[in-house]
Amino acid sequence: MGKNGFVKVLIAFTLALTLTAVTFGTGLAADTIKLGAAGAHSGDLASYGLSALRGAEYAVELINKKGGILGKKVELISGDDVCKPEVATNTATYLLSKKVDVVQGHICSGATKAALGVYKDAGIIAMSPSATNPALTQSGDYPNFFRTIASDDAQAKLEVDFALNVLKVKNIAVLHDKGDYGKGLAEFAKQFIEKSGKGKVVLYEGITPGGMDYSAVVQKVKRSKAEAVIFGGYHPEASKIVSQMRKKRMKTIFISDDGVKDDTFIKTAGKYSEGVYATGPKDVSKNPMAIQANEAHKKKYGADPGAFYLNAVASSLALLTAIQNAGSTNYDDIVKALRTKEVETPLGMIKFDERGDAIGVGFSVFQVQNGVYNELK
Amino acid sequence: MDWLYFLELFLSGLTKGSIYALIALGYTMVYGIIQLINFAHGEVYMIGAFTGLIVASILTLLGLNTLSILLLASMAAIIYSAAYGFTIEKIAYKPLRQAPRLSPLISAIGMSIFLQNYVMIAQTSDFMPFPSLIPDFEFMEPYAHIIGSPELVIILTTMVVMIFLTVLIKFTRIGKAMRATAQDKGMAMLVGVNIDRVISMTFIIGTALAAVGGILTACHVGQINFYIGFLAGLKAFTAAVLGGIGSIPGAVLGGLVLGLTESFGTGYISSDYEDVFAFTLLILILIFRPAGILGRSTTQKV
Repeated sequence: MGKNGFVKVLIAFTLALTLTAVTFGTGLAADTIKLGAAGAHSGDLASYGLSALRGAEYAVELINKKGGILGKKVELISGDDVCKPEVATNTATYLLSKKVDVVQGHICSGATKAALGVYKDAGIIAMSPSATNPALTQSGDYPNFFRTIASDDAQAKLEVDFALNVLKVKNIAVLHDKGDYGKGLAEFAKQFIEKSGKGKVVLYEGITPGGMDYSAVVQKVKRSKAEAVIFGGYHPEASKIVSQMRKKRMKTIFISDDGVKDDTFIKTAGKYSEGVYATGPKDVSKNPMAIQANEAHKKKYGADPGAFYLNAVASSLALLTAIQNAGSTNYDDIVKALRTKEVETPLGMIKFDERGDAIGVGFSVFQVQNGVYNELK
Repeated sequence: MDWLYFLELFLSGLTKGSIYALIALGYTMVYGIIQLINFAHGEVYMIGAFTGLIVASILTLLGLNTLSILLLASMAAIIYSAAYGFTIEKIAYKPLRQAPRLSPLISAIGMSIFLQNYVMIAQTSDFMPFPSLIPDFEFMEPYAHIIGSPELVIILTTMVVMIFLTVLIKFTRIGKAMRATAQDKGMAMLVGVNIDRVISMTFIIGTALAAVGGILTACHVGQINFYIGFLAGLKAFTAAVLGGIGSIPGAVLGGLVLGLTESFGTGYISSDYEDVFAFTLLILILIFRPAGILGRSTTQKV
């Protein structure tokens, strides 16, 4: 064997070694479960996306500490869509090129909708911790979509069900403040009342926000003989309307939304706030998993978690546990697991309905009793 | 025709209109004397309400009864706001008296933004509850479902204030000086009217009225924040223009017409278009009477 031969062997050997290393490397990579986390991680709405990303990180840590799922470690791959639909499709394609198994995201409803088509074609499940647009689940266009947040119409539905079935009122006046949030809610409420066949919308009016006097509208409510008012809007207007109704000695029931479920409402409306109903996000502050997750966030970042942190922890856990339950990363198996097996999350025990909305997540009715909002069970 | 409903709407419009009128009086007086739209007027109204709240809170701690709290808080608010009015004129308008008319207008807008932000930073940006200082009179109880005691107080106060102002301007020395200054500043000065004093006086009276409006409205509505002056000021300004800016009975009439239009529009058509009715009316009146309902185009002011 000459010197040349030795070099050749060396080269061949090194080459072979590198090759094995490469195959070994990819082999290792295939041995992780890849969770994509898409959302706005920069730009104006970055705070939402980052809070969700931190939630996903926490969930992945939690699972990996327990030894991963199906004997594999979980790997998190993040993709930034800046909350823009046109960027979101690229983000989705990027995540697919990284061979993600499931995706948590996206954050904004518009971006989510744009990306969902891409995931659907690839047979990938996406679960958003924050996209609330009702059509995302209700249209039926995206069977691969799930979410761990209640949709925009969930509050209206709850308010109407509560009024019709629990309080058993028939004539309802629906008021709103003409804003996106309030009017959207009022429109849903009106639809639900009309669809139910159990009640009647006797008055549907918008009021001018910031006005100093709503007595004319209040008189109109009185004249409509409504037993209850459902109001879509925020607390400054709500407290004026409630006060003026009570000052006119009207006992009309007042039901509103999480824009009113605020202590400032009780402060400004004072004694007139007693008995007012408002829907608001379910209280999870006593959930041990939520407490743990929040503490972990505080320890790591030195601050309270952002808006969708817990929802994101819940959606990541739900996705990863579903893979565990399904025993594979097969699309149909995961979907079946998501729909049938309950998962313990910081938002409580959740599973998903046919359309992809989480059962057990969302809003409850609160009532002002002795100057505080109490959750009605 | 449902007469009770009509009456209820009428009274609610009257209440609203009276509040507009109280604030509009300040606009119209200042305009009458120096042809300036004092955009900071709405802010003085807000400051009056805040002063009232602070004083009322302190007095409540001392354990006084509601009526004396109302009177003392109103006094404090009037004095404090009047001091503001006086100072605003000296700082923002007096140095610009000889400047083109646009300059004091910009200065007024600046003053308004400054005061709003100052209260927001120095006090709070939150909504604050305002105690109902106007007690529910017993004799009003049978009518409480039609008109409450605070509403009654607001309407009566506006009437008293309007009569007081008319007497002041028509029959007193300072009133005569005001009318003279309004007609011709230069000439008034030549015949020995101290126009600086007259202008200061006008600001003091106007802002004092705004403070009264602020306190009464706050009692009626039950909450205040730093931003209430903006919308109130805008509506009151509309009322002043509607009635004929520069005219005292015009401001009251304009306020009432505006309030009643909003109330009836809401009651009989839809509250979605409350502001649309108000401003359609404004446009219509200005088309047919460009100087406003009682305005007499520049020949006589105040």
